[in-house]
Amino acid sequence: MTVDGLPVPGPLLEARAIDRSYGRTQALREASLSVTPGEILAIMGPSGSGKSTLLHCLAGIFTPDAGEVWFDGRRLDTLSDARRSELRRTAFGFVFQFGELVPELTVADNVALPLLLGRAGRKEAYRRAAGWLQRLELDTLSGRRTGELSGGQAQRAAIARALVTRPKVVFADEPTGALDSLTGERVMDLLVGLAREEGTTVVVVTHDARVAACADREVMVRDGRVTDPYVGGAVR
Amino acid sequence: MTVPLALLGLLDREPSYGYDLKRDYDTYFARGKPLPFGQVYSTLSRLARDGKVTAGQSEPGDGPDRKRYSITTLGKQEVDAWLAEPVAAEPFLQTVLFTKVVLALMLGHDAQRFLDTQRATHMRRMRELSEIKRGGALVDALLADHALFHLDADLRWIDVTTARLGALAETVRRA
Repeated sequence: MTVDGLPVPGPLLEARAIDRSYGRTQALREASLSVTPGEILAIMGPSGSGKSTLLHCLAGIFTPDAGEVWFDGRRLDTLSDARRSELRRTAFGFVFQFGELVPELTVADNVALPLLLGRAGRKEAYRRAAGWLQRLELDTLSGRRTGELSGGQAQRAAIARALVTRPKVVFADEPTGALDSLTGERVMDLLVGLAREEGTTVVVVTHDARVAACADREVMVRDGRVTDPYVGGAVR
Repeated sequence: MTVPLALLGLLDREPSYGYDLKRDYDTYFARGKPLPFGQVYSTLSRLARDGKVTAGQSEPGDGPDRKRYSITTLGKQEVDAWLAEPVAAEPFLQTVLFTKVVLALMLGHDAQRFLDTQRATHMRRMRELSEIKRGGALVDALLADHALFHLDADLRWIDVTTARLGALAETVRRA
């Protein structure tokens, strides 16, 4: 497809009419969404609307009950657990609300961990981790255990860990939810700024409009359905 | 922003020329709406007439002759009183927005769609302001923050109203 003679990139990530239930509760109903390469997309919605479930389905953590999830031209939801795990390790990065770092390990260990799990050499893993820690202004804390970090420092370490493998997509679930306004803003500036420099796609779930305003576009999830406010009505 | 009080406040720092007052006003308060020179001098004339500033003798400069303005005791009292008085806690009631929602429900129009469109408009403006913050000086960033927090408050109202639209529709239709 082209516009004005220029090629328009196809979606990097796509949900096609996915359903997902927890027991009798239907969290997603024919939810559809597509994300282009390099795009920063915010998924908004009230508590319990299904926005985190949608993120987990897009990231291959959950598989939908119906519908399809596509990533980079491949169907994601029909891959085996092992293949999805590998994809999450190599192509995706994650930032959660509370960092989810390993508290017994140092900041450098935590950031190097995804590379070590991906069988990178120890020296190379720590060299690359150090580079990211410097970009996130955490180099002076690299030997500190993550349990000793402030909330903002922990989220910056989580961003370094998410980006260290140079993933195609970073999924962030309420990354500033536990931070005060100013610290949250700094964390979002870093996440968005570094993602743009790297050309990384970001899908961020948030209930905070100020966080969503850092994204290129936002969609709303209500009662498990995705609404694109710039198109109107549920996205199909 | 009240221009006479802002100019008085700037003069309370030190005596100043009209040109310098305009430059400082534009730097801190104008935000894309520079103060016309005509307004600066007409305001200073009114302040002088009311005894809040005094104009010095004309002084020759590089350009046309200019006057140095100084604040009077009366002017200082006015600035002090203004600064001590809290700004009214405006309710920022979105009366137009609320009226549209209620009328849409009364007339059987799609109020949800209207709220979604308004939400998108607010978000678009918030993105513009976030961009201003990223590249701007501290003064611009803080002003953008002020606007962002207010737009955020509107959005919360839109979300709460969206969640209660069914109940509001019943109330409106019963009336």
